[in-house]
Amino acid sequence: MCTVCGCGDAKVDGHAHSHDHGHDEDHDHHHGHSHDHSHDHPHGHTYHHHDHDSDKDIHYGRGIAGVHVPGMSQKRIVQIEKDILSHNDDFAGRNRTWLAEHGVFALNLVSSPGSGKTTLLCRTAEALKSRYAIAVIEGDQQTSFDADRIRATGIPAIQVNTGKGCHLDAHMVESAIAKLAVADDSVLFIENVGNLVCPAAFDLGEAYKVAILSVTEGEDKPLKYPDMFHAASMMILNKTDLLPHTDFDVERCIGFARRVNPDIVVLQLSARTGEGFDEWLAWINEGRKRALAHKVALLEKKLAAARSSIEQG
Amino acid sequence: MHEMSLTEGVVRILEDQAAEHGFTRVKTVWLEIGELSTVVPESMEFCFDAVARGNPLTAEAKLEIIRVPGAAWCMDCSKPVHVTSRVDLCPDCGGAKLTVTSGEEMRIKEMEVE
Repeated sequence: MCTVCGCGDAKVDGHAHSHDHGHDEDHDHHHGHSHDHSHDHPHGHTYHHHDHDSDKDIHYGRGIAGVHVPGMSQKRIVQIEKDILSHNDDFAGRNRTWLAEHGVFALNLVSSPGSGKTTLLCRTAEALKSRYAIAVIEGDQQTSFDADRIRATGIPAIQVNTGKGCHLDAHMVESAIAKLAVADDSVLFIENVGNLVCPAAFDLGEAYKVAILSVTEGEDKPLKYPDMFHAASMMILNKTDLLPHTDFDVERCIGFARRVNPDIVVLQLSARTGEGFDEWLAWINEGRKRALAHKVALLEKKLAAARSSIEQG
Repeated sequence: MHEMSLTEGVVRILEDQAAEHGFTRVKTVWLEIGELSTVVPESMEFCFDAVARGNPLTAEAKLEIIRVPGAAWCMDCSKPVHVTSRVDLCPDCGGAKLTVTSGEEMRIKEMEVE
């Protein structure tokens, strides 16, 4: 396990590991357990070191009601059925509403470190800055090097240092949007922390996640990090200018990505030479148009409500 | 992955619930964690130990993880099948036309409080 963020269960190949994902599938969890559920679902999985039948466990079916004497014990069960990520998702929902109302097309760029996200953004900023407003939120554990590179292109950028965190969350992005004074009808790029694992689970309020994979990495990354490629709407294969020097199999990589996410859009480009860039810029342009159209629809709705309120008044 | 933030999220939700329902101590929390979710139960337990102990509300709380098996619908076989990851193929026909139907849960199911 990563001692910094608590990430993952570091598995060493050939190591005996206590949890066995291939647990035999006989266990029938009684998950639809009703209020008086006895919590004795027979967990057949071997990884689980909680012994549900142990006396040390607190079981719903035993005790509580039985031992409850008014004034003596106040133990009770509260059912909440709440998603663990609900707090983040609330912030993400607020971001999404704000972005929609302001006609901002926001992209969340995710990749492993060194895939060329910042180079891609610098070139994109140079190409688009004369056409419309652009802003960048840069996520890194430390330093403001990336934001400095973006600012050098004349684009407003804010660096969010996550410190020990391995991903941006929606609350950080809300603060960054406010601080950056993101312009109406603009395109907002959120460059996530270089990490193909954690950012997959955190909705920031973006329109799409874009996963960037460079051809100097392994073509099997979509299978190694399926959650990310499942969450992303687009995969960019970057550094295509280096393809002649690598044995990266493009078709195989795309096949892997589609296996995890049949709907994923794939673009191939080189952020260094600009090859394949027109398609990327056109895709951004289309997305921005959709964001604007959505904003217009929202405004028209507001206008109609205001008009009808005049008529009624 | 990111179990520390998720665990902090759990404790935050428990704090909100404590304010709402008026309890001061959580004895046990039951989480439902799907087999296809991005959470490793052992990491969650490790992080919960670290995060919960520093908070009077959860200092003595016990974490129970209910693992929800991964399930998908195979479009070729027209039946539900068991999967253990997103990249699994259908265990029967070997096809890839699978739609995940359960196993992505990351949910606080309920808790015992006083």
